[in-house]
Amino acid sequence: MASLNEITALLGGERLTPGTGLETECAKVFASDLMSDVLAYMEPESVLLTSLANFHAVRTACLLDAIALIIVHGKRPDAKVVDEALANNLPVIMTGLSLFEACSRISSCFPEGKR
Amino acid sequence: MTGKAAFRQAFTVRGGDFVRAGQASCEIKELLKEIGLDPQTVRRTAIASYEAEMNVIMYARRARLDLSVTPGRVRIVVDDRGPGIPDVPLAMTEGYSTATPQMQELGFGAGMGLPNIKKNTDRLKITSKVGHGTRLEMTILANGREP
Repeated sequence: MASLNEITALLGGERLTPGTGLETECAKVFASDLMSDVLAYMEPESVLLTSLANFHAVRTACLLDAIALIIVHGKRPDAKVVDEALANNLPVIMTGLSLFEACSRISSCFPEGKR
Repeated sequence: MTGKAAFRQAFTVRGGDFVRAGQASCEIKELLKEIGLDPQTVRRTAIASYEAEMNVIMYARRARLDLSVTPGRVRIVVDDRGPGIPDVPLAMTEGYSTATPQMQELGFGAGMGLPNIKKNTDRLKITSKVGHGTRLEMTILANGREP
């Protein structure tokens, strides 16, 4: 369990949506670039990590009640994409790390057996 | 469906409109939340609707999406004008996809759409005519039970 603030620091991330719930505690994490897989397998109230920086990532995250969207590989979403996230109160964090490295660092917040 | 719809709304979805893709389903989710349906029913409906909407965006020219809600159940009918599905059982196979690389770059077209719709609905009827279009009739029961 970690807060979005702590996860942002772990990833050396940049908050793209100031004012959206960075104190929120995260208990579940899901990583994929396939939104179809996200729709099929991600549990509600998860943090979604992806290298997609488009409307679909934001809409999929919102639709599934994700508590945050973390975009990897330093891909900066278009301002309109960020606006849509803000309109839906979805925190968006960008990191230059790869998906694998980001997951690896986040996993340190989750004790063995609770991942 | 039995009983008069307590709520009904129609949406138009345009094929190829990737920028607006998913907006109808996001709207449906908010409407169902406002009506006060349980979160699991809202989630299942939103997922099924989103997958169906994406199929229209990716493959069809346009579609009408009709949402109706009666006590205990949600029904969505998506009627598209498009190429149709030549082999519905094959299209229902997880992982089977005819998506283009462009669709896959956007995160879709993994061959999970129709199977995911099936998984998130209690009743699904697919009628398709090649060269004309496809009709999906989806029913989601509140709490997975008949009212």
